[in-house]
Amino acid sequence: MGGAVTEPVLSLSGVSRSFGPIEVLHGISLALAPGRVHALIGENGAGKSTTMKILAGYQPPSSGDVLLDGRPVAFASMGEAERLGISMIHQEFNLAEQLTVEENIFLGRELKRGLFLDKAAMRAQSRALLDRLQCRVATDRPISDLSNSDKQMVEIARALSRETRVLIMDEPTAVLTRAETSILMEQVRALRAAGTAVLFTSHKLDEVKEIADDLTIMRDGAVVWSGPASELDEHGMAEAMVGREMSQLYPAKDGSPGEVVLDVSGLTVPGYAEDISFTLRAGEILGIAGLIGSGRTETFEGLAGLRPASGAVRIKGRPVTIRHNWEALDLGLCYLTEDRKTRGLLLQKGMRENLTLQALHRFSHGLLDTRAEEAALDRAIRDFDIRGSREVTVGHLSGGNQQKLLFAKTMLSDPQIIVIDEPTRGIDIGTKQQMYEFIRGLAREGRAIVVISSEMQEVIGLADRVLVMRQGRIAGELTTDTITEDAIVRLAMGVGEPKPVALAKELTE
Amino acid sequence: MSTAAASPRKVQMSVIGPVLALVILVIAGALMNPNFLGLDNITNVLARSAFIGIIAVGMTFVITSGGLDLSVGSMAAFIAGLMILVMNKLLPSMGVGVPIVLVGMGVALLAGIVAGLINGLLITRLGIEAFIVTLGSMGIYRSLVTWLADGGTLSLDFGLRTFYQPVYYGGIFGVTWPIIVFALVVIMGEMLMRSTAFGRHCAAIGSNDQVAKYSSVRVGRVRLLTYVMLGALVGVAVIMYVPRLGSASSATGLLWELEAIAAVIIGGTALKGGFGRVWGTVVGVLILVLIGNLLNLTDYVSPYLNGAIQGAIIVLAVVLQRGSKAGQ
Repeated sequence: MGGAVTEPVLSLSGVSRSFGPIEVLHGISLALAPGRVHALIGENGAGKSTTMKILAGYQPPSSGDVLLDGRPVAFASMGEAERLGISMIHQEFNLAEQLTVEENIFLGRELKRGLFLDKAAMRAQSRALLDRLQCRVATDRPISDLSNSDKQMVEIARALSRETRVLIMDEPTAVLTRAETSILMEQVRALRAAGTAVLFTSHKLDEVKEIADDLTIMRDGAVVWSGPASELDEHGMAEAMVGREMSQLYPAKDGSPGEVVLDVSGLTVPGYAEDISFTLRAGEILGIAGLIGSGRTETFEGLAGLRPASGAVRIKGRPVTIRHNWEALDLGLCYLTEDRKTRGLLLQKGMRENLTLQALHRFSHGLLDTRAEEAALDRAIRDFDIRGSREVTVGHLSGGNQQKLLFAKTMLSDPQIIVIDEPTRGIDIGTKQQMYEFIRGLAREGRAIVVISSEMQEVIGLADRVLVMRQGRIAGELTTDTITEDAIVRLAMGVGEPKPVALAKELTE
Repeated sequence: MSTAAASPRKVQMSVIGPVLALVILVIAGALMNPNFLGLDNITNVLARSAFIGIIAVGMTFVITSGGLDLSVGSMAAFIAGLMILVMNKLLPSMGVGVPIVLVGMGVALLAGIVAGLINGLLITRLGIEAFIVTLGSMGIYRSLVTWLADGGTLSLDFGLRTFYQPVYYGGIFGVTWPIIVFALVVIMGEMLMRSTAFGRHCAAIGSNDQVAKYSSVRVGRVRLLTYVMLGALVGVAVIMYVPRLGSASSATGLLWELEAIAAVIIGGTALKGGFGRVWGTVVGVLILVLIGNLLNLTDYVSPYLNGAIQGAIIVLAVVLQRGSKAGQ
């Protein structure tokens, strides 16, 4: 753990920030010390992002001081903050998609030899940085080819390349798998040992517990707790964040599965999944676990008509052909995307347009009935506890409220079979609990639910039955008593299991 | 995440901006030339606005859904040429009368729909960029009309032209047909954009086609429909245009695509799609036509500089749009 408390390198003192007439940060004080890892946690909308942006020089405070080495500074630009050794890694990647990995790492501070770029040096240094992160991606590949986790590693490599004294990371592990997360944690420890001050946010409290030395908890734009991370356990953190007693995170598994409503056999999504067969009952929550890249999302996008797929699908016993997702919707099957920002919601539009987009025909009698839409929005805001102004565009809502709106939008079509991909990615624990309640509530109403999730605890806590996918196939099924973290990991990694038949055949041929 | 409230005042500025510009133009015109607000001049301005205006209404839908059509000017010329050829060919057998004019109108409408369908299918089914497809078809139609006219001018038979002319020059209660048709197209377009599922879907697709796809919107079909609708409206514009001069040549409809696109953008529709308003497009068209008209009526600036002033206004409109967005 970190050594004795030293002078902070970067700190905030009584910082407030207003947008127009609305004050979103109230007198925040926070100190980052060299060689210590500081975790900043709080619910969505608590003001973490704004706090980080002020620290990194993206936004000036409305009042209060940003102190660098004890002296007040006002960064003219984020470029200046970066030159002074403060780097920030965003939740949404800040990479040029068409440029290569090495071009991105050195973007804006390219190495030159005379007039020309010194590509060899940049390539070598990029390789060395990525090797430190155990990231094996080729440095000459364009960013657009990379997986989310590799993009994250490139972001970190870029920060590492700049003699960073203070590294600020906004939810760095949200898109990482467990293995990648542990590599990142190792890097963070190495940075700490090298004397870098690290600030990060995360919704995964176990990570916070594992790595943080100092902890600041925010709620509603103010600091509600700060001190050494060792003084608070995960339960205490959650309560401080939410500001109330946290009861059980997951609702009781009290569903009574009814008849089979979905029967999939031999579903193949070319290039992603092969020979997927399963059944789903009314009132049941089926969890889908597996590593990122195991074909979970693609399988269900194929099922919902969003990708080309083949196989036999029966809904309520009737064979159906689904080539487009509107056909799936007509059959009462709906897929809720994992990517609410680029596939789920129109960020530049208001809540009403977003809410009714999928079920617009219900509000259209030749002309659209705007009043009925508004009434539907009233209901959605109430039923799903969506907070935030109706006047702003959806892009301004917090992640949790966006997810609730996406949920409300889907439910407007009244689907009976709902596939929910990553229901709680990047949302806070209070909202998570609400989402779990919603999902269980839908099952209690007799709807059939599939939950795809990378969070093992979520699958275990929520699902009645779990399918684990590996390399585009179903690696195994777990039911009530056998749903354990260990069993899921074994199946997902393919440990202690005979080779799939097809693969064995290929090997012998 | 911070909630920076979107300022409603700025949105209003972008709404009233074009209207304000139009009002200033009208006042300036009235001060500079007393004939400017005369009935004759107003009728003239509106009638001349009608061709570009009808096309620009269709263009508003294409642009709102994230597309673009550069071919409309050439398409208009080609359809005009085709219509004249067909009518001249049928003249010996059908004679001058209403039926032959109706057939001509039918040909124009059908040709427009087919042309729009071809553009739309290439864009939606083959997934080629709209810019490329319509750049190609722009060249093709322009060349086809030159070929049909054998490098010269296609003229409608004189008797037929005299019979057909009232469609441009005639009207009811002193309002000429092009103005009436333009008004109808605008009213229907505004309703379609503002309060139908189709209009909402166009905006959704232009805003983010992935979101639209995942929301079960039939993205391909909606896009295709916008191009077909635009094609049909080009046909309508040609029906109004042919009786005016009774001829078509390789110079017909030159730069109409630019004027139509410019009108859409000046009217406040986002060039990258996602937001469109038909009434704004009408304001845009009026601004463009009024500038030309003013330069002709006054002698402060040479009418030859018309294009330069229009160009400056287009750039200015986009700068203002950008300015109101930077306030996020």
